[in-house]
Amino acid sequence: MQLTLNHYLFVGGLIFAIGFAGVMLRRNILIIFMCLELMLNAANLTLVAFSRFNLTADGLPNYNAQVLVFFIITVAAAEVAVGLAIIVALFRVRQTTHVDDISSLKF
Amino acid sequence: MSPILFYLFSALVLVFAVAVVANRNPVASALSLVVSLLGLAALFVGLNAYFIAAIQVLVYAGAVMVLFLFIIMLLNIQSEARRKMNPLAYIAGGGVTALFVVQLSNVLSHFALGKTEFPPIASGTIDDVHHLGSTLFSTHNLPFQVIGVLILVSTIGVVVLSKRELK
Repeated sequence: MQLTLNHYLFVGGLIFAIGFAGVMLRRNILIIFMCLELMLNAANLTLVAFSRFNLTADGLPNYNAQVLVFFIITVAAAEVAVGLAIIVALFRVRQTTHVDDISSLKF
Repeated sequence: MSPILFYLFSALVLVFAVAVVANRNPVASALSLVVSLLGLAALFVGLNAYFIAAIQVLVYAGAVMVLFLFIIMLLNIQSEARRKMNPLAYIAGGGVTALFVVQLSNVLSHFALGKTEFPPIASGTIDDVHHLGSTLFSTHNLPFQVIGVLILVSTIGVVVLSKRELK
């Protein structure tokens, strides 16, 4: 069976769903952060699939989507750096990474 | 990409993504995420996005995940102790995810454009880096400069957030 675009979109959607389940179900802040990265990678996969699918006139992929993937990877790296700095600062104060213990802003 | 390879690498990505979510030990979760990202890079190669696959391995799996592992080791996080967890929360979380997957299959089954095969790509070697670079620096030059400023700002932010109080 030949691969279609829907194959890649479905795999990307599944990766997103698994990351989403992780963000909702896990209670360790670092694992939540890693599941967030999974969701970003799912978006990257769908972007690259669409880039390959929409060919330009001379048979090359549409590179605008791949430029966006490049930006997403860069922004994710910057976000991970800042997020982990916040987590380390929080850990210094609270000595815990369990989300239920860091809920002082909760309504 | 041959369908066998696609299914193989997709299975790799999905199995290790589930391992990220389900593992108690944070180091095992981080390493499972590394394997997942490498499988994803293989899928990118199958989609003829060679530069993005290389960047994925170098930056995402090679720098971001290493940073995660540094922080896990630094904070010396032990395996998560079993805490009393509300079963309703598990049911709700699993239910929302299942609902999302159902909705995804529903949308994709009606997506007629997605059921067509991939069009054949230009034959010969595709000079991926050249074309991506010219697109990046001509059409998307301004976002590129903004990203540079963003990285600078995030570096400064990390340094400021990590400073200890000077006694």
